[in-house]
Amino acid sequence: MQKIPQKIIHTRYLRHRKKFPHVWCPGCSNGIVLGAIMRAIDELKWKRSNTAMVSGIGCSSRMPVYVDFNTLHSLHGRAIAYATGIKMFKPEMNVMVVTGDGDATAIGGNHFIHAARRNIDLTVILINNYIYGMTGGQYSPTTPTGDIATTTPYGNIDPVFDICELAMGAGATFVARTTAYHALEAQSFIKQALEHKGFSLVEIISACPVIYGKLNKKGDAIAMMNAMKKNAVSLKAWEKLPEDKLKGKIKRGILRNEIRPEYTDEYAKLVQKVQGGK
Amino acid sequence: MGKRIFKKEIRLSGSGGQGLITAGIILARAAVLDKANVTQMQSYGPESRGGASRADVIISNAEFYYPEATRFDVLLALTQEACDKYSVNLKDDGILIADNTFVKNISLLDTEIYELPFTDIAHKKLGTKLPTNIITLGFLVRKTDVVSEASLKKAVTNSVKPQYVDLNNKALKIGYKLADEYIKKD
Amino acid sequence: MTKNNIESKVVLMQGNEAVARGAIDAGVNFFAGYPITPSTEIAEICSVELPKRGGKFIQMEDEIASISAIIGASLAGAKTMTATSGPGFSLMQEGIGFAKMTETPCVVVNVMRGGPSTGLPTKPSQADIMQTRWGNHGDAPAIVLYPDSVLESYELAIRAVNLSEKYRTCVVLLLDEVLGHMREAVTLPDLAKVKIINRIKPTIPPEWYKHYEDNPKYIHPLASYGEGYRFHVTGLAHDAYGFPTNRADETAVMMERLDKKIKHHLNDLVQIESFYMDDARTAIFAAGISARAAKTAVLMARKSGKKVGLLRPLTIWPFPDDAIRKYMKNVRNIFVPELNQGQLLNEVKRAMGGVWNYESRRSRKIIPIQKNDGQLITPADIINKMKEVK
Repeated sequence: MQKIPQKIIHTRYLRHRKKFPHVWCPGCSNGIVLGAIMRAIDELKWKRSNTAMVSGIGCSSRMPVYVDFNTLHSLHGRAIAYATGIKMFKPEMNVMVVTGDGDATAIGGNHFIHAARRNIDLTVILINNYIYGMTGGQYSPTTPTGDIATTTPYGNIDPVFDICELAMGAGATFVARTTAYHALEAQSFIKQALEHKGFSLVEIISACPVIYGKLNKKGDAIAMMNAMKKNAVSLKAWEKLPEDKLKGKIKRGILRNEIRPEYTDEYAKLVQKVQGGK
Repeated sequence: MGKRIFKKEIRLSGSGGQGLITAGIILARAAVLDKANVTQMQSYGPESRGGASRADVIISNAEFYYPEATRFDVLLALTQEACDKYSVNLKDDGILIADNTFVKNISLLDTEIYELPFTDIAHKKLGTKLPTNIITLGFLVRKTDVVSEASLKKAVTNSVKPQYVDLNNKALKIGYKLADEYIKKD
Repeated sequence: MTKNNIESKVVLMQGNEAVARGAIDAGVNFFAGYPITPSTEIAEICSVELPKRGGKFIQMEDEIASISAIIGASLAGAKTMTATSGPGFSLMQEGIGFAKMTETPCVVVNVMRGGPSTGLPTKPSQADIMQTRWGNHGDAPAIVLYPDSVLESYELAIRAVNLSEKYRTCVVLLLDEVLGHMREAVTLPDLAKVKIINRIKPTIPPEWYKHYEDNPKYIHPLASYGEGYRFHVTGLAHDAYGFPTNRADETAVMMERLDKKIKHHLNDLVQIESFYMDDARTAIFAAGISARAAKTAVLMARKSGKKVGLLRPLTIWPFPDDAIRKYMKNVRNIFVPELNQGQLLNEVKRAMGGVWNYESRRSRKIIPIQKNDGQLITPADIINKMKEVK
């Protein structure tokens, strides 16, 4: 993989003079994901003016303000619906959504599954930190059962969503998962997802040491990164692991990559058919 | 009709699935072809089939505003429920046309009443009860002259799918014939 | 309104159809919606007509997604509309607030039905009037248009699109259930003569562009995504570039602009119809379908020699305060027929506050005529109430 010097990235793709320093806490993984996205886009040589980044509400959803694209910081849960409007009207634009576990699978769950079902050409980069960080640490659909959040003071009794399984069940055609520790892999998965024609999801497990980590005694940012390194196993390794060793492990890799008719293409065909009938 | 101002309030009533709203639209289209002023309003329950349904058509050669028929010049009732509910608002010189396939009791005196088993007739003569609405429309127009028959025919042709034009024209003719042959009971 | 001089182009058209055709004629090229009675025909017609013109139609998973999609598309340059009814309109409120806050043009049609909640899906009501003004959280003025005929539904649909583009905001078109489903003979105007307004585009280079540049008219150019102007849009309080801010001075400028861009253009925005008001001693104030009953009542009253007139708002928000004060100053009583529990009544009282001296002229009254059972107010209802109040 080509290594790109930091400098070029941040002056070219970030609103570096206007909007920094950013709002994220020390040790937060969001910066790593932002870097991976910038590098992936740089590899693809995408034009900034033809690229849109849409988000909802939450820590990860603050990302668009920092990037020098067409950016939209929309409403909680609705990023994918806003992005659908942009992509439908201007299919020639590259449209990506940056979202979190709560934003995409709780309040925005409906839009998430329906965009996947349509197979509309959006890339959803979902930063899963297991918690609502912006509001101070409430449990999300991915907070592990038994964990502590400010609204599960006695331990979480909710079962969790497997976000990748949810996306695949709904019809997403490119689904990958990695962690913020595996930054180069994240860059590679994001690049492939952006290139993919159809609905693509990259779930990136991330560290929230200040809230989730603290509430659940996960240690500091470095300890949480090390845990990711240890617990996130590649697809190949996963298949070799005996069942009793799978507990607490996270499967990372490209879980689905297939081609199915893309929504805006199908709509263009429909328009052609309707107009051709004249 | 000359310059005399006329205004006819017509209510077509029955239940969903009897084609009353379609009949209302066709009647209104015919009125447009006659260059009359017209409003067509409808009211129905949440169900498209089975619930109470009605269509109001007001036809006038003058400008008018309120679009709902309140005192009817003509009431078409295809169900007992509709007949019971709306016949009280028929004008004294109004006309009631009832389908006695379903309407068994009419508690009106001194009103011009026409009763025929339109639904049965449609079924018997056309093999389907679907065009009942058009038969009654033909009957209504021949008896009341609210629109011209040429416009009505054109409106029917413009409003139904091409494959059903013949069937509906037949239904219209049946309606006209029933009107011509109608013998009033006394 | 029916016309006497009907030409050959005249067609029988439903209110909902007129809205769809008006919007498309005004340039709407993107519609996202979700089925709901009694507005569904608007979506159906858009699904037929938009692809023919190369426009886009999408049925979303719910009303929240629908308003979101049209705002997204509008930012990408589309002229957009969605249509819904009561429950769906409630779901759209957050998005409507977002469109107002981010100054993104879009049109939301609300075909009113009986409420609250699921209410009476196929019956008329005028109980969403206040919701169109105050439905979204936070202070944000509203532009809301309210027709009373099928032809006017067509005309105001065009106007709604035009105003949304001109003022960079969400414009609501209110329709009565009865009007949405009613058919009337309509002579559509020559399209070449219809005035279409498009959003002002920036002419300066992208690096100078401010998405929310302030100016004395409070209306500023709007770039679209994908045109080289890489601007930021957020529902957070924002500065002239669109970037989030917590600063009081920047927030104040933003809030003032949202308010002033409506209040400074009342002459352009407010439209009323005065029906026999010039010599009226008794006035009716009514909108939408209730104004149709009122017009018939006015003519009935005039026939019996009573000087009755009707004042009807075509723009319901901003409320026509000045027109009400001007026309109602010398009338004795004002009757306010409406299909709700007094939403217009209280606004008329507010507008008339201070104009009439209630203490010294006790005989003057503002009198409600209200129904909220799914039935229309009839001309007879109005006449009877007038007879009651001497």
